[in-house]
Amino acid sequence: MININIDGIDKQVENGITILEAAKLIHVNIPTLCHHEDLTIKSVCRICVVEVNGQNLLQPACSFPVAEGMIIKTSTPRIIKARKNIMELIFSHHPQDCLNCNKNRTCELQSIAEELNMSNPIRYEVETRGKEIDTSSPSITFDANKCILCGRCIEVCNTIQTVGVLAKENRGYNTVVAPPYGKSLIDTACVNCGQCVQVCPVGALTIHDDINLVYKNKLKGKILVAQIAPSSRTTIAEALGAEPGTVSTARIVTAMKMIGFDYVFDTDFSADLTIMEEGNELLKRITTGGVLPMMTSCCPGWVKFCETFYPKYTDHLSTAKSPQQMFGSVIKTYFADKAGIDPENIFSCSVMPCTAKKFECNRPEMKASGYQDVDVVLTVHELSRMIKAAGIDFAQLEDTPFDDPFGLGSGAGELFAATGGVMEAALRTVYEVLTGKTLENIEFNAVRGFDGLKEAQIDMNGTIVKVAVVHSLGEARKIMDRVISGQADYHFIEVMACPGGCIGGGGNPIRNWKKVEKRTVQVYEQDKNLSIRKSHDSPAIKMIYDEFLSEPLSEKSHALLHTKYVNRQDILRI
Amino acid sequence: MLHNQYSFTTSPSALVQVAEIASNYKGQQDKLMDVIIAVQKVVPSLAEDVAAVIAREMGLSQNHVYSFVTFYEYLSVKPHGKYTIRMCSSAPCHVRGAKEVMETIIQMLGINIGETTPDDRFTIEVCPCLGICDISPVIMINDEIYGDLNPEKARELIKKYKRENV
Amino acid sequence: MEEVHILLRNKNVEHMIDASVSMKMGGYDGLRNALSMDGAKVIETLKESGLRGRGGAGFPTWLKTKFAYDAPGDSKVVVCNADEGEPGTNKDRVLLSSDPHSIFEGMAIVGKAIGADRGYIYLRAEYSYLFPLLATALKSARNLNVLGNNILGSDFSFDIEVRSGAGAYVCGEETALFESIEGKRGEPRTRPPFPGTYGLFGLPTVLNNVETLANIGPIFSNGIEWFRSIGSENSPGTKLFTVIGNVEKRGVFEFPMGVNLKDIIYEVCGGIAGGKELLAVQTGGSSGAIINPGQIDIPLDIDHVASSGGRLGCGTIFVIDDSNCVLDIVKNTLEFFTNESCGKCIPCREGGVQLLKLITKISQGKGYVRDIDTMIDLSITMRETALCGLGHSTAIPVMTSISNFREIYDKHLDKDYCPKCSPKEETPERGLND
Repeated sequence: MININIDGIDKQVENGITILEAAKLIHVNIPTLCHHEDLTIKSVCRICVVEVNGQNLLQPACSFPVAEGMIIKTSTPRIIKARKNIMELIFSHHPQDCLNCNKNRTCELQSIAEELNMSNPIRYEVETRGKEIDTSSPSITFDANKCILCGRCIEVCNTIQTVGVLAKENRGYNTVVAPPYGKSLIDTACVNCGQCVQVCPVGALTIHDDINLVYKNKLKGKILVAQIAPSSRTTIAEALGAEPGTVSTARIVTAMKMIGFDYVFDTDFSADLTIMEEGNELLKRITTGGVLPMMTSCCPGWVKFCETFYPKYTDHLSTAKSPQQMFGSVIKTYFADKAGIDPENIFSCSVMPCTAKKFECNRPEMKASGYQDVDVVLTVHELSRMIKAAGIDFAQLEDTPFDDPFGLGSGAGELFAATGGVMEAALRTVYEVLTGKTLENIEFNAVRGFDGLKEAQIDMNGTIVKVAVVHSLGEARKIMDRVISGQADYHFIEVMACPGGCIGGGGNPIRNWKKVEKRTVQVYEQDKNLSIRKSHDSPAIKMIYDEFLSEPLSEKSHALLHTKYVNRQDILRI
Repeated sequence: MLHNQYSFTTSPSALVQVAEIASNYKGQQDKLMDVIIAVQKVVPSLAEDVAAVIAREMGLSQNHVYSFVTFYEYLSVKPHGKYTIRMCSSAPCHVRGAKEVMETIIQMLGINIGETTPDDRFTIEVCPCLGICDISPVIMINDEIYGDLNPEKARELIKKYKRENV
Repeated sequence: MEEVHILLRNKNVEHMIDASVSMKMGGYDGLRNALSMDGAKVIETLKESGLRGRGGAGFPTWLKTKFAYDAPGDSKVVVCNADEGEPGTNKDRVLLSSDPHSIFEGMAIVGKAIGADRGYIYLRAEYSYLFPLLATALKSARNLNVLGNNILGSDFSFDIEVRSGAGAYVCGEETALFESIEGKRGEPRTRPPFPGTYGLFGLPTVLNNVETLANIGPIFSNGIEWFRSIGSENSPGTKLFTVIGNVEKRGVFEFPMGVNLKDIIYEVCGGIAGGKELLAVQTGGSSGAIINPGQIDIPLDIDHVASSGGRLGCGTIFVIDDSNCVLDIVKNTLEFFTNESCGKCIPCREGGVQLLKLITKISQGKGYVRDIDTMIDLSITMRETALCGLGHSTAIPVMTSISNFREIYDKHLDKDYCPKCSPKEETPERGLND
């Protein structure tokens, strides 16, 4: 511990922490813009500058470490002037249409402008970069004019996700973040994971907004059938202002009915369906010498990543579709029939924490029902905007149950939201099918938590089943390289593209890691609170096999619930 | 998708040469500069397909290569003419009449700074200090240095090059 | 005034590329002496000599070396900064082409100090015609065993590789140089960590300017007292001054530190060319202070120039005659800095362009007093908050020209016609000179 004096207050702090961290200990949140607590220190915006004794120039608090006897001032008039001058410089190179911006009121630039009391006219001529807004991607809208070059998206796309689509082009004033060679996002290897959207402080990278598509189809008289992902329960309230980790299962249904959705289903049901199909597929591969390790295929970002960077190894992917797409097929066949609705009139929506799902629902092969199985994907973010636009006070709503015939899913399906959840859900079912015995201890702690790579070995009546779980595409790359070199001795691997799993997905409210942790706690709590915690025990599952699919991996199941993959490596060749 | 000024393609035989050069340095990101400088000698420009080959052979992303190339003045995604004329615009040349020399050259070749003549022979660039200020104003044409210039001398020099009399 | 040729002692010797010729002229004698010292003693010698960096910062060379010496780790690196990009500076080119072995020797001695086995010379692209020369010189040095394994029979091994720049002034900044060698964009890093502990490839590194390295061999062969007898108390040794611009005689001159600026301009370089008058002088390159004729009677050593508000920097002396306009020079300088800015941090990337717009506006007679106030305010912010020296330096010519040449700025505010600044087409709009 060392002694420093900060803003006139003597404080003992740990040696080597940054001034930014030290200031928090005296309840000062030095304004920062490029800084992100989950990413490396950038020190490029220079907003966090402070006065340090012995230093002529102002120093950035985010990167300057404390030392014994240091005297720091965090907000003298000199400092405030410097910060305001820097903000003024940003304004002069930034579009001035906050009122019309997707990020209005959640923009970090706005927050600092407000904190710093920016109220004088800019002394410079305002100029923007004159770049066209890139709306080519189904998942992400990219407005390079709003970028402040903080570098966060570059780190996420290149270092954490290892996809490598965004980088800086040119230098100096002409620097711009862009895909290479003037490409639009749709022509790049972008896998639509949306992690860049999660870290962008301003309105440069935002979710591709599909709300109007829903309104349009409502006006056309279509029947709006929606499915809500398990993770949405844990993030929708947060999107509407509640504490991260507030769960609101039944209120979403109420809100959605109020804004015009006719049927609201729980994707938890088709998560259970996925477990049935995928679990049985795994057993089949294990017992008949199929391609191992088998890898999950419910994450469309991961699937596209595999098709792009490891196209020769897509036979490792399970052929099972994701819960969203399985449900899509079922809605326009089984449900349409049961409810007596012409599938032509169904507009099938989903509410997902995921931006990649917008790409997935438009994949050409996703028409097993004879129509586009899922017509539109709304992220949790977009749904929250629809609810806000309707003026609904979400916290005050009554509960409404999910619609029949699918009702509430199992606890296993709930787990899909977290990294390790698909694996745990699968193990609960696979164990009982393989051994014929009841699984007593259904919580697999080895696959829970936030380590990049988690491994477990489960003794299933003498057969040792080896599994691994990874999250973030950087980890996916590592494990894929091991699979190729023959050093991945597993039967089954779960891969989630987003750090933390779907709970950290691109379509959720903007998060930092602490929020992900809070959300994850709730995911496992939800599982505990349900009476049915294994997919195969769910009555809805029993029903759909009895009445419609006959059994997992049947011909009908294959036609509706399984898929094929394509080779996308050519995108890397141009 | 139209990529406007980025739409340059490279001949397959040149791409093979690029692959040969780059494949020696797989996993050695610090050799990127050497690779690109060598590659620039065998291809008309560091176009998309060239960058894709370098990226694949060295284990980098195409975007890293592009981002690297666009940072540095001497690396170009656009083709250059047979002769790249670099005219120093820094203050020590400026006060000895560099502006008039530049105007002469621009007028003689009929193109703007950064452009290439239609016959692909000359590209003109403005550059910062070349470090030969004792004979300013200075220009470089490829690796040749020409100093103590004035508009008349510049005119004669360009004429010589036009006639390939160098 | 007689020059003192230490660094330029071999300027006119033929075949200096050949290591054996260099050795005949005393080259590698310093390295020979250093081989028998341990690292601490080498650093001690550097300390006693008082050698300070010649690249611009004037940092004590021994201290820089000590940081890397003290840093943990077995693998350490020596780097030579040959990215001489400061406008008007030619000295490193002259040294590298006339006496490359003096540079290799300096690098090897620094390597001995910190226990490094390899060094890199980062050569700017504009000097790529020097590559064959350096390659030949290195080969010749290896043949004579003054580079390579077990130098001169000792257990010290050290070799040097040349790496190319590609046209970016910012890569003359230490950490940007490292990034460039590492195959990335040349964007400076935040400090801490400092290069002494985390430098090139993340290893403890000592980076020196070419001229600094050229001093090291002579110090180790001729001794500390000899070195301290030249120059001034706080800046011993000689300095290479590149004098360019509107003087009769331009070139690189070597004098002891502390030589008078006025004497250099008038006695050594023959005064202003073409019968004109002196308007201004800028010392230290484009990032130096612009001073008026009343301020040139100063000794040129690191501390004296710093105390008068300027910077000796790399020793460039840019002489400007009265056929020029100070605002035009400042505009040219700002064009340079905005083109060369790496774009990483906001103050430099955005501030530089706004300064350029303002000076353009003022120089064209469209400015107001408040524009000068804005320029001063912005310059102070850039100076105080920019991430690296380029951002800090952009402000210096602006601030110094405003304080030393305010009347010229006022003339432009008064919209008096300035032949250098005003485009010819716009003359009808403004009043003529009284």
